[in-house]
Amino acid sequence: MIKTAWLVLKKDLTVEVRSLEIAYTTLFFAISCVLFFAFALVKEGQAPEDGAAGILWIAIAFGGTLALGRTFERERQSETLRALLMAPAARPAIYVGKLLGIVALLVAAEIVLVPLVAFLFQAPLLSHPFWLSAVLLTGTIGFAAVGTLFSAMLVRARSRDVLLPVLLYPITVPVIIAGVRATAALLQPDVELALVRFWVALLIALDVVFVTLALWTFEPLMTD
Amino acid sequence: MIPIDFDDLTADEVSRHFGRRRALSRISFQTRKGSILGLLGPNGAGKSTMLGVLATLLRASSGTIRYGTHTAGASGAALRSRIGILGHDLFLYPELTARENLAFFAGLYGAGDPQEAADVALQRSGLADRADDPVASFSRGMRQRVALERALIHAPRLVLLDEPFTGLDDASTAALVARLQGLRESEAIVVLATHDLDLAEGLLDTALFLRDGRLAEAVARPDSLRSTYRTIMRRTT
Amino acid sequence: MPKWFIPVAAVTALMFAASPFLIANAPYEATMGLVQKIFYYHLPSAWVFLLSAIVCGIASARFLFGGSPRQDRLAYAAAELTVLFGAIVLVTGPLWARKAWGVWWQWDVRLTSSLMGWMVAWAYLLVRKYGGPGSDKLAAGLALFGMANVPFVYISVNYWRTIHPATSVVPTLPVDMGVALWFAVACFLLLFVLLLRLRVYLEEQRTRLDALYLSLDE
Repeated sequence: MIKTAWLVLKKDLTVEVRSLEIAYTTLFFAISCVLFFAFALVKEGQAPEDGAAGILWIAIAFGGTLALGRTFERERQSETLRALLMAPAARPAIYVGKLLGIVALLVAAEIVLVPLVAFLFQAPLLSHPFWLSAVLLTGTIGFAAVGTLFSAMLVRARSRDVLLPVLLYPITVPVIIAGVRATAALLQPDVELALVRFWVALLIALDVVFVTLALWTFEPLMTD
Repeated sequence: MIPIDFDDLTADEVSRHFGRRRALSRISFQTRKGSILGLLGPNGAGKSTMLGVLATLLRASSGTIRYGTHTAGASGAALRSRIGILGHDLFLYPELTARENLAFFAGLYGAGDPQEAADVALQRSGLADRADDPVASFSRGMRQRVALERALIHAPRLVLLDEPFTGLDDASTAALVARLQGLRESEAIVVLATHDLDLAEGLLDTALFLRDGRLAEAVARPDSLRSTYRTIMRRTT
Repeated sequence: MPKWFIPVAAVTALMFAASPFLIANAPYEATMGLVQKIFYYHLPSAWVFLLSAIVCGIASARFLFGGSPRQDRLAYAAAELTVLFGAIVLVTGPLWARKAWGVWWQWDVRLTSSLMGWMVAWAYLLVRKYGGPGSDKLAAGLALFGMANVPFVYISVNYWRTIHPATSVVPTLPVDMGVALWFAVACFLLLFVLLLRLRVYLEEQRTRLDALYLSLDE
């Protein structure tokens, strides 16, 4: 099982590295998002309170949706998703491989976004790197866990581009709330670590539940 | 995963509908290893749907498919390891090279040494010199050859091909025919959906004529496919 | 339609006709006066909204893992009723809140969680309508995730503003307005059952129609 997931992940990364299409477009889109929100919300050079945290997570969510759509569009092109499902490999392993690929992509984007947001909004995002990484990682996994499952389900559906956000956003509200609150807490001059720990714990619980549920439902959802 | 194998393939009153549209209607047939079965018929007759059901990608709405003594529901992954499918859309990643595509699928199907399996497959396809070029740069015929090798890389018992002759030039067509005959000799069960009646002639052991999802006629050892086809299509029932 | 449908429908109609009288005769609430009376419809609607969501979730799970089309029909009907009763809750709530406390909306736990649950139900309907083939399974998956999400939504919204739970504007259930309240609850529960049965019946007819179309080619 792990071998299959690893094979799928390696394949996805190889394909991506060849063209870097999704990486570049997602990153650019996320940066545009950040700037857009900056223009919309910044007044007299000051972002609203906790604005930096919110803008960061919105950019991740929107960029993530785009990346998910594009990744599975690729699998749709030569019907390779079908070929994957035809293999005797355990279906949940395919899900895990795809999930890790998406997480890797989003983390790569975040590595650029965090310094950018910190720079534009004078936000001390880099003051607690360990905790920020924990928040970003657990939040990204939660978002990607649901997103990967829904995108895979939507590959053969109609209106798949618009249905992905429709399905994804209501379900990932807790992820966004936890992510933004935790990030905002980390930006305070005197950080309440207990608060950050609470949100990270919630995100971990959420990740466990979502990934488990996805693994459980992947097979019935993908069979016709 | 316990390896399974089977000697024959039986379809028993297989039907499949999508909402109100009946794609397959009570199709029954049987075929043994070492034979080539043809699914013939106009567009929309249900050939691709039948292949999908045989590949376990689609579930039959009613009826059963038996692979020897096994059924799709019970055997799942073990069964899939004995089935190879060449679809209309080729199932290749255009950004990867031929070698990478083959090695990936070899690994996915549990080959001990995916690189070696890929090499062997490349030799068989005659494209060893283009092994490290991305598939996107191949012509249709070349892509088809790689796709065929991808479908066969795990030496499946059941080989399903959906319109494999589309867009091939004469050389590629001859190579494909030779490959299929080779498969018959190595005791595989080949099910082939095609429009190309001239090619199918001489290649098929049995021909199933499908029309509107129904089995219009089953002919063993067909010799004049085109006239049989015309007769069947002219019938009003 | 089952035999009990018409009699139960008649009883429900009568009960609903009687309910305003019971509500009018119920004791006046001290601080809010007449406005509080909307609560007698608001609270049962909220309970039925929740019940409907749970029915949808369970039916979706059974459909996804058992494949029974009956469960799928039930899930679809329950999702529609979730949207319906959710709409009633989300309209009566702000109406009450505006008059009683001066604000249309508050981002407190119950309101926000209800809104999110309502949106998931809407998403379910959108998927069923526009998803094309296979959208029944898709929607079932969504319903499952929606259900699994409930505790997380509740916890995260609860602690959204501050780590200390905010005092909710929505009061806890008062126990002294018993008769009118339970009567209204009974009304809404009966209405839910009736509508559910009716909606499932509609889906059953659709399925039968599809089967008839299919058998045309036989």
